[in-house]
Amino acid sequence: MVRLITHNILACHVKGCTSNNFPLQLQGVQIELREAEFNPEFLKTFLPKIEWKALVDTAKEARDTSLPLEQPEMLDDEFLKNLHHVLLEIHIEEGTMICPNCKHNYPISNGIPNMLLAEHEVG
Amino acid sequence: MTTIPTPDLSHLSAQDYEHVYEPAEDTFLLLDALEADLDDLKAMNATLFLEVGSGSGCVSAFAAHILGSSTLYLSTDINARACNCTRRTGAQNKVTLDSIQTSFINGFHPRLKRSVDIICFNPPYVPTISVEASEAQGLRGIEGSWAGGSGGMQVTNVFLDMVHELLSPNGRFYLVAVKENNIPEIQERMKTLYQLDSKVVLSRRAGREYLSIVRFEFATST
Repeated sequence: MVRLITHNILACHVKGCTSNNFPLQLQGVQIELREAEFNPEFLKTFLPKIEWKALVDTAKEARDTSLPLEQPEMLDDEFLKNLHHVLLEIHIEEGTMICPNCKHNYPISNGIPNMLLAEHEVG
Repeated sequence: MTTIPTPDLSHLSAQDYEHVYEPAEDTFLLLDALEADLDDLKAMNATLFLEVGSGSGCVSAFAAHILGSSTLYLSTDINARACNCTRRTGAQNKVTLDSIQTSFINGFHPRLKRSVDIICFNPPYVPTISVEASEAQGLRGIEGSWAGGSGGMQVTNVFLDMVHELLSPNGRFYLVAVKENNIPEIQERMKTLYQLDSKVVLSRRAGREYLSIVRFEFATST
């Protein structure tokens, strides 16, 4: 499944597409919510690896507006629970991820994102 | 040999194994190597685990089972059916594996550089003629799980040039190899080019294959 934690580390890699190629925009997505074990320690260690604005924008595309625009300094429980939900419980099952720069479409099918490119697109 | 149970693969059928590599001695040797390093791997507090060419998902599910939910488990495979099996194997074993269909790590954001703590790669290591390996990768099917081209190293070599960029400073990379791959040469090359020290941590004969697990880490880590 494409959870938003995974989406946050995927970028367009079409030959020559090196700027404004992240985050991939969600289109026509089918979402499933699945409960996951709440692990605040994991969230705290993973947070520095997250691109915050990309996550907030993508969460909005997935119809979740629980995250603040700026990453808070105080990681209270309410924030961590929202973050947990956005990163780990929202599963994109079907849809498309579109590069904001070159508009390449990366399909998501059966919960699996397809990042493969045709030979001529490979950098 | 393994005392920790191997992942439950009862949900996978003969039909799946027509298209996806069925776990075999090479897979189990890798599980044994991970298990032997269990204390060290736990002590790393790994944030990111990556398996390239996850196939059935057996190795990733095993790692997720032994290391727990404080790690993100990413797995890639060029074979869509393999990605699907990986995902299902995670679910069957009550762990979450984030499966991505891609070649190696193509499409990963560059900021993942130097941040993957544990990497596993059981490559197509069987020596074949070169064109057979290229075609097998192009077909994105089961042939690509074993056809390794010249010296069985055609696919492995591509990834060996990426590993140093991905691995975190204290990270570990586990590679499955056979004798024909010329393991001493691989070790020498990784040391010279990328300052990656390595050790053959486990070897076993399985039929015609003499299998080894090679573990790499940066020379600076202690």
